[in-house]
Amino acid sequence: MTAPTAAGAAPGAPTATAAAVQVTGVGRVFPGEGGRSVTALEHVDLTVGAGEFVSLIGPSGCGKSTLLRLVADLDEPTSGSIAVFGRPAREARLGHDYGIAFQQAGLLPWRTVRANIELPLSLHGVGRGARRERADEMLALVGLTDFADHFPDQLSGGMQQRVAIARALAERPSLLLMDEPFGALDEMTRERLQSELVRICAETQAAVVFVTHSIPEAVFLSDRVVVMSARPGRIAGIVDVGLGRSGSRDDALREDEAYFAAVTAVREALHGGADGVPSRGVETR
Amino acid sequence: MTTGVAGPGVAEAGDAAVVAPSAAALAPAARRSRALPAPVRALRPVALGVAALVLLAALWELVKAVVPEDGWSVGELRVLPRTTDLAMPHVTEMLARLGEPLTSQPGADPLWLAVLRAGGTSLRIAAVSWVIGVVVGFGLALLMTRFRVARSAVLPLVVLSQTVPLIALAPLVKGWGSKLELGFTWEPWMSVAVIASYLAFFPVAVGALRGLTSPDTLHRELFAGYAASWTQELVRLRLPASVPHLLPALRLAATSAVLGVVVAEVSTGMPGGIGRMILEFANFASSDPAKPWAPIFGAVLLGLVASGAVALLGTALRRFRRAEVAA
Repeated sequence: MTAPTAAGAAPGAPTATAAAVQVTGVGRVFPGEGGRSVTALEHVDLTVGAGEFVSLIGPSGCGKSTLLRLVADLDEPTSGSIAVFGRPAREARLGHDYGIAFQQAGLLPWRTVRANIELPLSLHGVGRGARRERADEMLALVGLTDFADHFPDQLSGGMQQRVAIARALAERPSLLLMDEPFGALDEMTRERLQSELVRICAETQAAVVFVTHSIPEAVFLSDRVVVMSARPGRIAGIVDVGLGRSGSRDDALREDEAYFAAVTAVREALHGGADGVPSRGVETR
Repeated sequence: MTTGVAGPGVAEAGDAAVVAPSAAALAPAARRSRALPAPVRALRPVALGVAALVLLAALWELVKAVVPEDGWSVGELRVLPRTTDLAMPHVTEMLARLGEPLTSQPGADPLWLAVLRAGGTSLRIAAVSWVIGVVVGFGLALLMTRFRVARSAVLPLVVLSQTVPLIALAPLVKGWGSKLELGFTWEPWMSVAVIASYLAFFPVAVGALRGLTSPDTLHRELFAGYAASWTQELVRLRLPASVPHLLPALRLAATSAVLGVVVAEVSTGMPGGIGRMILEFANFASSDPAKPWAPIFGAVLLGLVASGAVALLGTALRRFRRAEVAA
């Protein structure tokens, strides 16, 4: 059912031996009102290699956020299985295997920037000195050293989102889950943070699953773009961006031929996916 | 920074409220402070309070001057009260009476001292009942937060409890207290404290429940992602988030405790407090009309002191009251 349509589509692309995320035949059905259930995901297979940056893109209601939540074990699949670094998603969550960032920064307003970054560390019993050291590193990484003692309400949206990313990375996770983290930001802030994220990923070597509804964003950031279609949510195609590993990407890439070619490929995959899978189901969200 | 982002709570509600760019960079506190220098701002509420008192006294005197001595009636119904010196003593008289001795006996304390002493007794009992109310109310709120079943079972009872008049409870509590064998003597003031706490626990239970359940899905999922235990979530997320809801509740509990103590003193007949004093001094309404007003002023002062003390608690917890403004 997941017919690859775009040029360069490579479903089930070759991955490293220890996959960061292994999604096998996953479906998620939400019980709806009056007995009408909504199929958010159906027959989803996906492998994210260690250190790989994979974006999930698709129209609203295609289940990309649901898929991310399943990987994070904030929700459970109705069928299929999910493994994170070879163990079930629940164990991975309890073992603090991943860092997560949402569309809203979700900082705790009564904690300073530093204390917000330290939150996961202090929850997991990291000592004061080590916490402070790590927070300093993270502050430097996202360029907010001067704002360590500010409170979230004193920061702009972009800065708050940087703090959220720093918090997600504080425990050196090998997997970073991001649900439209730049979705609420203006275009300029967004592009700057994208460049920063590319740099940060190169430094941390973490695998990333990144949900977005922006094609340029997906292409600029990703090694592979997973195009999803709605009703029911499934993978319509996977585009290998192949623009080089994160470290070598910079803003010049945004005007590169290969970049535009990849954008076109993703766009065609999106439209192909929409045509290829006729709309059905009842959800109107 | 030029970003307008919907706050987490706002976006949750599905509302695309956008904060203006200029407002985004500024903390709300910073915006407010632009108008006046800090010391002036601090004194403002005090000045306003004093002004309100002066206005009230002026209004009192105005009514006394304008309304005829026998009040003002529409048919049989008296709409405005009598304004004789017996019914409405002059403000100056009432204040002067505070400075005079309690009784004509030689060596009697001045009235204001007697009022303050009675007020002190009542305030101590009110403090105890406030603590009982806060502990019980908060305990119930915790229970209701932890167990959904408890919420549906206990919350209606909590609301229902407030429909029982305090006066009906007074003899019951007094009776139970005297029958209890606790290893110490059940003093009358303990009955008063328990009765008053019955009034004080309610706002705390409701406010704390609201506060403890106030964190949005986003934050709860964040903590779930960290595999945080319920206790960790309580201490790091729910308790701090509950503060803005809890403070008004604590303040309400403080004034309720004072009110409860005054009423409970009257209904249990406990001597020494301000409630009993109000009752006793009412007998002097015809012979010494300014005297009954003294303990009433005392009761008002008591309420102010109690809620002021809680307000101080609020300034200590200021960091938890930062509005959740996401730029």
